[in-house]
Amino acid sequence: MHRTGALYGQFKTLEQQKDTATLGMWIFLVTEVMFFGGIMLAYAINRHTYFHAFAMGSQTLSLTLGTCNTLVLLASSFTMAMGVWSAQTSRKQLLSIFLILTIILGFVFFTIKYVEYSQKFHHHLVPGKSFNIRYCIDNPGKCEDISADDLREERQNLEEAERADPNLNAHAQLYYSAYFGMTGLHALHMVIGAGLLFWLLRESFRGSFDATWNTPVDIVGLYWHFVDIVWIYLFPLLYLIDRHK
Amino acid sequence: MSTETTGPALKMPEKHYLNATYGIRSWLLTTDHKRIALLYLASVTFFFFIGGFFAMMIRLHLMTPNGYLLTPDQYNRMFTMHGVTMIFFFLIPSIPAVLGNFFIPMMVGAKDLAFPKINLLSWYIYIIGGMFTMWAMINGGVDTGWTFYTPLSTVYSNSEVATTVIGVFITGFSSILTGLNFLVTIHTMRAPGMTWFRLPLFVWAHYATSIVMILGTPVVAITLALAGMERLFGLGFFNPAMGGDPILFQHLFWFYSHPAVYIMILPAMGVISELIPTFARKKLFGYHFVAAASLAIAVIGFLVWTHHMFVTGQSTYAAIAFSFLTFLVAVPSAVKVFNWTATLFGGSISFDTPMLYAFGFLGLFLVGGLTGLFLGCLGVDINIHDTYFVVAHFHYIMVGGAVMGYLGGLHFWWPKMTGRMYPEWLARIAAFTLFIGFNFTFFPQFILGIMGMPRRYHVYPPEFQIYNVMSTAGASILAIGYLLPMIYLTWAAFYGEVAGNNPWPATGLEWTTQSPPLTENFEVTPVVTWEAYDFHNRPDLGLEVPGGHGPRIVAPAHGDD
Repeated sequence: MHRTGALYGQFKTLEQQKDTATLGMWIFLVTEVMFFGGIMLAYAINRHTYFHAFAMGSQTLSLTLGTCNTLVLLASSFTMAMGVWSAQTSRKQLLSIFLILTIILGFVFFTIKYVEYSQKFHHHLVPGKSFNIRYCIDNPGKCEDISADDLREERQNLEEAERADPNLNAHAQLYYSAYFGMTGLHALHMVIGAGLLFWLLRESFRGSFDATWNTPVDIVGLYWHFVDIVWIYLFPLLYLIDRHK
Repeated sequence: MSTETTGPALKMPEKHYLNATYGIRSWLLTTDHKRIALLYLASVTFFFFIGGFFAMMIRLHLMTPNGYLLTPDQYNRMFTMHGVTMIFFFLIPSIPAVLGNFFIPMMVGAKDLAFPKINLLSWYIYIIGGMFTMWAMINGGVDTGWTFYTPLSTVYSNSEVATTVIGVFITGFSSILTGLNFLVTIHTMRAPGMTWFRLPLFVWAHYATSIVMILGTPVVAITLALAGMERLFGLGFFNPAMGGDPILFQHLFWFYSHPAVYIMILPAMGVISELIPTFARKKLFGYHFVAAASLAIAVIGFLVWTHHMFVTGQSTYAAIAFSFLTFLVAVPSAVKVFNWTATLFGGSISFDTPMLYAFGFLGLFLVGGLTGLFLGCLGVDINIHDTYFVVAHFHYIMVGGAVMGYLGGLHFWWPKMTGRMYPEWLARIAAFTLFIGFNFTFFPQFILGIMGMPRRYHVYPPEFQIYNVMSTAGASILAIGYLLPMIYLTWAAFYGEVAGNNPWPATGLEWTTQSPPLTENFEVTPVVTWEAYDFHNRPDLGLEVPGGHGPRIVAPAHGDD
């Protein structure tokens, strides 16, 4: 189809084009809800069946790092929203700045996630043959990043949980299946989002977006907010199980 | 051809979408929905014959009770790959991606789909998924059944499960993007005057199909992703050894795969809703009900999935509820069948090939639908679960319904797609061959099922042989019935008689433009002033209206436009 300025040939007006793109992104987000919905269902059923294992698994996650990442993503949603606003009001330089900030926050998230993942690998908490929920308790020397107090508390919790669920080691793997499955898919969406942001940034440096045409900023914004919202669900589901003790 | 006008010989238009540009790049990088539809046509036909080959191997093997052709393991691989190919690579994309892609923009009066590049992307995704699956087939295939039930697929199978699952997972996104594209196009790209209730029912059917595609496909995608990760990385959701639940896989799988049946049958119903008014030359009876029935089928279709799982030991109360809902989904389907039949009443019926397929559809879908009720009935289902009765039932729906609709649609729109007519008598013979071959293949399987022959077994007691031989003989006739249209339709695309703009004539917007259409579909954006299937207010069709009312006041627009 031929393109006249920003208007693609299959559309009659820019307004129609923007409505179409926005509706398309909303429908895509509906499919994403269903996509994450499937794994959340698997999570819910297993959490209900193996509550003790899930609570135990949740308590091995770092609340500090999780909270940090939640704040980072909330901040990135804010900068993204400001980016959309800048585009709509033709503030071209400001748009680039906000896009860069959003990308930086995205990479802060990746870094923290990397730290968390590598801890899990070191602590033998990845589903598979070498999985051992007792690894750190049995080998405190190899888990130097956990303080003695925390380890003592963990041992106490673990013994309690093992009394309630003798097959805890198997069932805890289901928790980590959910943890890696859900956060992994979320991280994949973040990677795609970061790629889209880089593309927006390039276009923004060229001055492509202004008050008359900013659809890409708008719909990438929608996507980015959606990915943030997924995290807003993942954080309590994975980090905050039975923390009130 | 039903037109009696014998004017001067028709000529092909000088400029159309097929000769607008030339070269391999102009096809592989096209964003024209009509060319993408043809790319899909070629690829689904390819997969159809691959799947057909596997079917033929199954039928040949089952000629004798002990089956000398294949080893048991090979047999498992054959029926699995038959199912995988036919369902994910033929039936699901067939009508939407070929006929829907070609005609939805034309029917709503648009120049293209809302997202032409995404449309091309969806074809590439389909091809990449297809390549993974082909690779799995070449490497020895997969033996889990197309349902990939765990833990067989995740723990025990020694075949190419991971590659196949990746292929199906990827292809799912092609379906999602197609559905998304259709939904948005129908919402925002309609021409002036094309209100919601002036849309052809083909478009309504695809609207309902698209809803199923976007809501269901992501769920099977995540399910297969989890199963794949379980096989590759040892995740445990479906692995009983780790406390996971294999039944959960079945729930998630059927949450998509039952509605997927409606992805296959709803577009075929849409085709039938076009064919019957055209060849009965009469407004479709109860337009609003047929449109609403499509949506009702899409919605209720999401609430019946555990009827595939009546013998998994689920709660009796859940089974009763799902049995009830299964009966409920038959109601909108029956509404459609009654309305099509009512349309025929008092119509001026012509027996052109597309209409023969429509009649074939009516009969076969009726048998397939009613036997579905047997299976939805709890007590009966326990008895005939996993027997050939089930196999016969769903082939009556999918082959008798969906493929009949697909072929009927192909014949109906072939003159629009290529600008040329197919040879009518040969086509009629092929349609009869198909109908006879089909019934010969699958009716004996109902009897086999009642007698207790289980599906997916490579051997059977000798007393079942007579029905199996009948079925194999029928399958050979069926194969000829499929080869014939492929040959003469290809021939007709190049050498057929020139068709003209509207050979039938039919009422849709796609028939108001030249055949084959321009790349932009219409020279000027059409303005719609008539209701769907309204033969009365259409002097441009050149029809003498029986009992002519003369020119009538054009019905006022309603809807939201």
